[in-house]
Amino acid sequence: MDAALRELSYAQAIQEAMAIAMDMDERVFLMGEDIGVYGGAFQVTGDLVERYGTERVIDTPISELGGAGVAVGAAVTGMRPIFEFQFSDFATLAMEQIVNQAAKMRFMLGGEVSVPVVMRFPAGSGTGAAAQHSQSLEAWLGHVPGLKVIQPATPHDAKGMLLAAVADPDPVMIFEHKLLYKMKGHVPEGHYTVPIGKAEIRREGRDLTIVATSIMVQKALDAAAVLEGEGIDIEVVDLRTIRPIDRQTVIDSVKKTSRLLCVYEAVKTLGIGAEVSALVAESEAFDYLDAPIVRLGGAETPIPYNPDLEKATVPQVPDIIAAARDLVKGVR
Amino acid sequence: MAGASKAAVVDSRANLPFIYRQYSPEQLREVLHKMYLIRRFEEGAEECYTRGLIHGTMHLSIGQEASAMGICMPLAADDQITSTHRGHGHCIAKGAEVSRMFAEFFGKTTGYCKGRGGSMHIADVAKGNLGANGIVAGGIPIAVGAALSSKMMKTGKVVVSFFGDGANNEGAFHEALNMAAVWKLPVIFVCENNGYGMSTSTARSTAVKNIAERAAAYSMPGVIVNGNIFSEVAEASFKAVERARAGEGPTLIESKTYRHRGHSKSDRNRYRTKEEIEDWMANRDPITLFETELRDFGFIDDQGIQAIRDAVAKEIADGIEFAKASPTPEIATLQNYVYTEQA
Repeated sequence: MDAALRELSYAQAIQEAMAIAMDMDERVFLMGEDIGVYGGAFQVTGDLVERYGTERVIDTPISELGGAGVAVGAAVTGMRPIFEFQFSDFATLAMEQIVNQAAKMRFMLGGEVSVPVVMRFPAGSGTGAAAQHSQSLEAWLGHVPGLKVIQPATPHDAKGMLLAAVADPDPVMIFEHKLLYKMKGHVPEGHYTVPIGKAEIRREGRDLTIVATSIMVQKALDAAAVLEGEGIDIEVVDLRTIRPIDRQTVIDSVKKTSRLLCVYEAVKTLGIGAEVSALVAESEAFDYLDAPIVRLGGAETPIPYNPDLEKATVPQVPDIIAAARDLVKGVR
Repeated sequence: MAGASKAAVVDSRANLPFIYRQYSPEQLREVLHKMYLIRRFEEGAEECYTRGLIHGTMHLSIGQEASAMGICMPLAADDQITSTHRGHGHCIAKGAEVSRMFAEFFGKTTGYCKGRGGSMHIADVAKGNLGANGIVAGGIPIAVGAALSSKMMKTGKVVVSFFGDGANNEGAFHEALNMAAVWKLPVIFVCENNGYGMSTSTARSTAVKNIAERAAAYSMPGVIVNGNIFSEVAEASFKAVERARAGEGPTLIESKTYRHRGHSKSDRNRYRTKEEIEDWMANRDPITLFETELRDFGFIDDQGIQAIRDAVAKEIADGIEFAKASPTPEIATLQNYVYTEQA
């Protein structure tokens, strides 16, 4: 098979990135719950413990707060930990260490230390895991200066952004949508990085800009493919990083298309869509808008167990198609 | 050293407290100097606060100086500590300059945190102090992480985590102690039990009589010391450092002490009696106890004590002047140090 066309799943891409990071730098190690022989709740670490041993692939007790703090302490003192949360929901147990310590330590100490810790958060709904194992809490952490928060949407970016995160001197929080783990895509061999803080235009178009994050990028692309048949030409911006947001790519895209639809899985209110809408409204792109800005986000409810209800909680392709069509046709 | 002469030395000092067997008179006089430096630093900071020269708040450790000094005594220069909101003593004990500490309290660029941290985040990374912490128990898991680094990088460093009695009821304390024990990390947990978590006494907040008893739950030694007696604290720390350095794992030391001042500047002292405070100040002041013992053993005389007091007074006055004369951060630098590298 042609190496240039090599495909890996999103989970395999992350695993390969962690292996490369450990091969390149002996300071890099993995910590998390059941990431050793079990291979991680989503098999992302897989058999890495067999290759790197229990000293570099460390099973922690069920201690999210303590574990996150240990990772922070190790990072401050010269190591490069990659800490896996079993589910992103469990960030709630570790918020103290993430928000008060990891994010602020460099600042509070006047720049005397850096905190090069990477934390990985399997996120999102769609697995029938109900309200405490399905949330999308990235905007919570995106609100905290000192953190960098990323949401790779493809296997290629999952690998490249993780390698960028490991090389980054500051704390990087990676939100990985669980439904993306099995997504296959082209992943180059060897080491490469995808920069933190840079959005990517996944599809160029002239009628409407959809700014999407994580799994919503693919859904937006699917919607765009359908609408292409109706003569509607959609541009899809994959935000990729929510702190810091790549303002210029969003602004430039909206100036070109004059319409903006924000699509994200997290609860709609006070989220990424509000931030993207506001940054456009505050920018020179405001004068180019031909229609109100529209947000499609998660319903104002915890994630339900029932599969039909669960699906209805977050934007689906038909919802995106309907919203985009209405926007372009001036229904709104 | 020949066996016979070593035995003779041990015999002649055998009944003396630990520190007199372990440290030289010069070292012990320096300890008294540092204890005075901590005391006068905090009194100086308090006075500057009262006069409106320092804003915010501060948590004074006056009365706990023997604990900070005793724990840090056996530490090497590159050993590390994490500290607490009541951390001025730890910072000085680990080797910080009072001038740069005053500068931090004054919010100046010459301060240890360039005016960004203040009293509650005072640190001296070059001397191994990874920082005071505004979150009760916040530094404990971080110390365990530093100890994990030590083990993985084989640096031989020992890490001390200071915390108060209040922290022993935080989840972070329990999670951190458990992990340190499971992984046999070179870390020492030092609970400075001053009897009160803000206003709530340990009797009202803590199910065990002695916090050191918590150690049993994590299969590590739990040691209780009189935190106001320097030698007792130093001896316990010495043994814990030896154990950690030998790869035998963590120790929990409970240093029972007392803070003469209130919790912070908002404290009206309604939860303890004036008699209780006066009793501790008059009869169990750690500096008085240590100074008296040094004099009784002939390690120092009144003249020597006065020389220390004079030298400390000058260091404090000079430090405050340094802080006053130092520049204030430019507003344009507001967002400095948020990130190492802007993405």
